[in-house]
Amino acid sequence: MLTPENLQKVEALFKRYPTKKAVMLSALWIAQEQEGWISEEMMRYIGDLLEVPYATVLGVVTFYTMYNDKKIGKYHIEVCTNVSCMLRGSGKILDTVEKHCGVKLGETSDDGKFTVSEVECMGACGGAPMLAIGEEYYENLTPEKTEQLLSRLK
Amino acid sequence: MEKYILPDIPDYHKLEVYEQHGGYQALRKVLQMKPDEVIEEVKKSSLRGRGGACFPTGLKWSFMPKGNDRPKYLCVNGDESEPGTFKDRMIFEFNPHQMIEGILIGCYAMGITTAYLYIRGEYRKWIKMVDAALADAYAKGYVGENILGSGFSTNIYTHSGAGAYICGEESALMNSIEGDRGYPRVKPPFPAAKGVFGMPTTINNVETMTNVPLIINKGAEWYSKIGVAKHPGPILVGISGHVNKPGVYEVPTGVPLLTLINDPQYGGGVPNGKKIKAVIPGGSSTMVLRGENLEGVCMDADSLKAAGSSVGTAGLIVMDEDTDMIKVIKRISHFYHHESCGQCTPCREGTGWMEKMLTRFEKGEAREEDIEILLDVANNIEGNTICALGDAAAWPVQSFIKRFREEFENKVERKETAAA
Ligand SMILES: Cc1cc2nc3c(=O)[nH]c(=O)nc-3n(C[C@H](O)[C@H](O)[C@H](O)COP(=O)(O)O)c2cc1C
Ligand code: FES
Repeated sequence: MLTPENLQKVEALFKRYPTKKAVMLSALWIAQEQEGWISEEMMRYIGDLLEVPYATVLGVVTFYTMYNDKKIGKYHIEVCTNVSCMLRGSGKILDTVEKHCGVKLGETSDDGKFTVSEVECMGACGGAPMLAIGEEYYENLTPEKTEQLLSRLK
Repeated sequence: MEKYILPDIPDYHKLEVYEQHGGYQALRKVLQMKPDEVIEEVKKSSLRGRGGACFPTGLKWSFMPKGNDRPKYLCVNGDESEPGTFKDRMIFEFNPHQMIEGILIGCYAMGITTAYLYIRGEYRKWIKMVDAALADAYAKGYVGENILGSGFSTNIYTHSGAGAYICGEESALMNSIEGDRGYPRVKPPFPAAKGVFGMPTTINNVETMTNVPLIINKGAEWYSKIGVAKHPGPILVGISGHVNKPGVYEVPTGVPLLTLINDPQYGGGVPNGKKIKAVIPGGSSTMVLRGENLEGVCMDADSLKAAGSSVGTAGLIVMDEDTDMIKVIKRISHFYHHESCGQCTPCREGTGWMEKMLTRFEKGEAREEDIEILLDVANNIEGNTICALGDAAAWPVQSFIKRFREEFENKVERKETAAA
């Protein structure tokens, strides 16, 4: 369930569109920001709110890679490995991240602190290689800078 | 050269600074014009879309039905997910008001009262910047009801994506706005007849819209003289890969690729004085060119077409002499496989096959005949899908085989030697 405050945020968006369903992506973002992920219960709740079947919400959640239908770590480390980053050494950045976090791509550390993912081009190719944590971009990385960045995360 | 899209003015993203430099004067001017005159001016400027297809913007606007018996929409495309492309983000951060002003002018010209600005979900920080700029523009009466007392009203709303390259394709983008999976739609009907929410819709790229206020302020005649006549105007070129100074550079169209790569103002040359082996000129879907064939090739639609590629999003990816081309095309193919929406069989299956075969090449496990089979798969995707993602996946493979065939052959031979 959304908190009353977040529910208000969703309802305020209804006036922007001719249908309630169009608020879907925003509502899912608000839900994910609240819980860190999107549970089946939340999907059913959003379906009711937007007057669409649960299956429609599930279809959307599974289509878009940024929605998490499972719990993830406190810090979601997303390393871009696409062409421009690869040409500038994203492989070494990924190695550094995996080593520091003690997990492989797609995994979450046992203490729930880190989830490490490979992502497609993030639109930061001029600052390659790069990674993102939450909404922050970290660009022009080296293995050393990456190590420093990760060890600052508490 | 003077810069018009990303001018070197401190704090230009702030409304007061933008206003001090003539911001929102184009909007004032337009509100005194007839909508059709605005469309004519944009047509005369020869502005062509910066989203990848170079479609003439004024012509696109003229496809919209007249009258306001039903709602019409503008969708502004800030999905920016084509690998090698990172320019619209600069506009969100450094010049959001010029984009907003362009959107308003487009809305006025086409009689549109709602615009959705679709921005990729990864750009959460930049969506907030745009929302802040929009809030300032609303507060000043530039956006919203009865704009500057003209009687004309338009709302602009940001709409966040959530990680799907395909949503940059215009019809998938409309489905995504409607709250659905980003599946492209079969055309016709075209968006100007039946677009988002079933209503007439125009889709334009963020950079395209940011060009519009210039045309109104300085005139179509002036604009059409910047750069190359058939594809004029300032253009944002993103240079990435093996250059000393990667980044986004604003230039007039028609600058030679070698200048963009080597000039100290732009890319600043290849690190360690290495030779250029290859460039991808306009984002990962455009056809690769060999380094030794770049003489005289320029960043504009006609020149790149003549060279056997296209301008795309002007995302120039540079690869030096040590680059393993198989590794690059394998990574590109992985991307298109991951991003295929899965609706059309040739694309859904074909992108997977291409990635698998390229993995075999990468490991040195491919057979001689695999080169032709790979090409055949690519040829069978091209032109056989609902949207152009299929083509975008096929072109890199076709062009890598055509222009770097020896690298594929080397991978095959190595296996034979190993076996012997
Ligand atoms: C797979 C695919 C992805 C696309 N991604 C984008 C994108 O991220 N941004 C964009 O402006 N256009 C993108 N396009 C092109 C749009 O469909 C559309 O042509 C463009 O937004 C029109 O704007 P313009 O006329 O101003 O260039 C994409 C096209 C395809 C086939
Ligand atoms: S390739 Fe990594 S940000 Fe574009």
